[in-house]
Amino acid sequence: MDIISQLAAGFLIAFEPLNLALVIFGAGVGLFIGAMPGLGSVNGVAILLPLTFLVPPTSAVIFLAAIYYGAMYGGAISSIMLGIPGASTAVATTFDGRPMAMNGQADRALVGAAVASFVGGTISVILFTLFAPPLAEVALAFGPPEEFALMLLAFATFVGLGGDDIPKTLFSILIGLVLSAVGLDIISGEPRLIFGDIPSFFHGINFLVLAIGIYGIGEMLWTIDVSRGNVTMSKATVSMARTIDSLKCILKSWKTMVMGSFLGYFVGILPAAGATPGSLMAYGVAKTIAKDGESFGKGNLDGVLAPEAANNAASTGSMLPMLTLGIPGSPTTAILLGGMVMWGLEPGPLLFVEHTEFVWGLIASLYAANLFALLINIAFIPAFIAVLKLPFTILAPVIFGLCVVGGYVPTQDLHDVWLMLIFGLVGYLLRKLEYPLAPAVLAIVLGPIAEPAMRQSLIGSQGDVSTFFTRPISGTIMVCAIVLIAMPLYKHLPFVGKKKAVE
Amino acid sequence: MRKAELIMALVMAVFSIYLMWKSAELPIGWIPEEGPGGGAFPFWLSAGMLLCCIAIVINWARRISPPSQSDAVFMDRATLHLVGVVSIALTAMIGAIHVIGVYFALPLFMAFYMRFLGRHSWKLISGFVVLTPIVTFFFFEIALRKTLPKGFTEPMFYPLYDIFM
Repeated sequence: MDIISQLAAGFLIAFEPLNLALVIFGAGVGLFIGAMPGLGSVNGVAILLPLTFLVPPTSAVIFLAAIYYGAMYGGAISSIMLGIPGASTAVATTFDGRPMAMNGQADRALVGAAVASFVGGTISVILFTLFAPPLAEVALAFGPPEEFALMLLAFATFVGLGGDDIPKTLFSILIGLVLSAVGLDIISGEPRLIFGDIPSFFHGINFLVLAIGIYGIGEMLWTIDVSRGNVTMSKATVSMARTIDSLKCILKSWKTMVMGSFLGYFVGILPAAGATPGSLMAYGVAKTIAKDGESFGKGNLDGVLAPEAANNAASTGSMLPMLTLGIPGSPTTAILLGGMVMWGLEPGPLLFVEHTEFVWGLIASLYAANLFALLINIAFIPAFIAVLKLPFTILAPVIFGLCVVGGYVPTQDLHDVWLMLIFGLVGYLLRKLEYPLAPAVLAIVLGPIAEPAMRQSLIGSQGDVSTFFTRPISGTIMVCAIVLIAMPLYKHLPFVGKKKAVE
Repeated sequence: MRKAELIMALVMAVFSIYLMWKSAELPIGWIPEEGPGGGAFPFWLSAGMLLCCIAIVINWARRISPPSQSDAVFMDRATLHLVGVVSIALTAMIGAIHVIGVYFALPLFMAFYMRFLGRHSWKLISGFVVLTPIVTFFFFEIALRKTLPKGFTEPMFYPLYDIFM
């Protein structure tokens, strides 16, 4: 077959000594950058892009793709070990990864994240290889109404995340969406919600400020509260026997990983969607289809596997529209795209014809990057476990320090560090009162995608709301979303009625 | 716990009203042929927040949510003391960053935390206090080229920049 011979040629390029070295180095660097709270694949790719001018374009993009992959693996590490998502793509991994680490299963969560990432990466690269041209055509048909419908569907799958207290869950989603609206109105360009006329609000509230506030500072205060300030964070151990045992357990959940991979890949292809909604939706779906759905959020392995498979699959998926159409599917691919243009490679359908070597070399190196990221990741697990064994009174100030620096770095504005502190304190108090906080973080990430999509659709249809329902793809997604939202509300109503009758 | 649940719901309700008022600085209505105005999205979402707060208060009155049934103290004296000390130390550290920069505020905070909350030996503490700024500097400033705030200590770093960058 044509594809196989081209792929074989690609592997010859990927396994050239320079390229292979770059793949290994890139995956390692990406792993560490992804594991740092506040730094994700975007930061890694953006910061290291200038370095790649030393090597030929094919090697350069292979290096950057390896960083991208490594960072996707690394994001899970801080989610599990510190409870702070290393990047927005790893937010869903904290939900169950953190409880698992607290229960002494940190090694299992880490191995699970690595294996799921590998499965997600592998399945998506295979899909990428086989179905690139037809899928690109499907994604091309997506406009703002479809994007908005997709966001609504994402929110609908999250309603189930917050537990039983529906008003508190909704409150959490809404406050996250409102915070995401701070800054300049994207349609009219007017300043909006500039509290106290402080100029720093003009650049909006970065999701990391809320995420590090809640998952970093708030989480630490909560731990201090619960533990009285002096415990070892978790009693994790790691051994060959335990790792093999974990692997057996993980392989039993192959269905979850395959589901996450497919879902993540297809969501990743859509421009503006990408790995974050993909991983969150995979988490939601895994929870919905699981027999023991109520154990999610308390340390269910499937809750780690689904989002991790999905976010790696999505990162491959988001390269598809970038390479075939020149539309980046995620911020990281946008930077990759910028790099390609600088190297004189015009992305688009012609790339597959004119620069076959480049395309297939990249695809083959994705296979290689996937394998090396897995190996490097598993090799470093004992080191990550060792970090957990430090006394809490040493770990806590170090994590607080990381939070402060991590909150500063993305925008380089101390204003954001103050906001992060406020979010942390308020988040801690809300958590004590059993407000679910994860939905707020999801909402602040998706808000800036959902609002423009909705308003652009309405401008396009001259204010006609039916545009969301009359288009076949968007209509189908909208109906699914509405059913998903209505279901828990409907379930909740008779429950309230019954309770009233008992009283 | 019961009192805290009510107070939090009321504070959040007031915050929602403030957000609604603040959003109303932009058009919140339906602009014909264009859809919602610039303030509509946050305005109606804040209105939704307010409704949620009202629902939480109703649940409080009917004693449905777990915190509204609990008679436990929201924060006992020991917790308040511990969390209070950490929060104040954090606030002081972030405040100090403006003046003396990250490279001095962070080690001071760590030394305070390890000594007064952890009772670790000075030997261990000095190790962390010396290593943290060095690792931070090389990772962020040299490897990632992200400058961290230094306050009035900025000139002390010029020779380092000359050597490494």
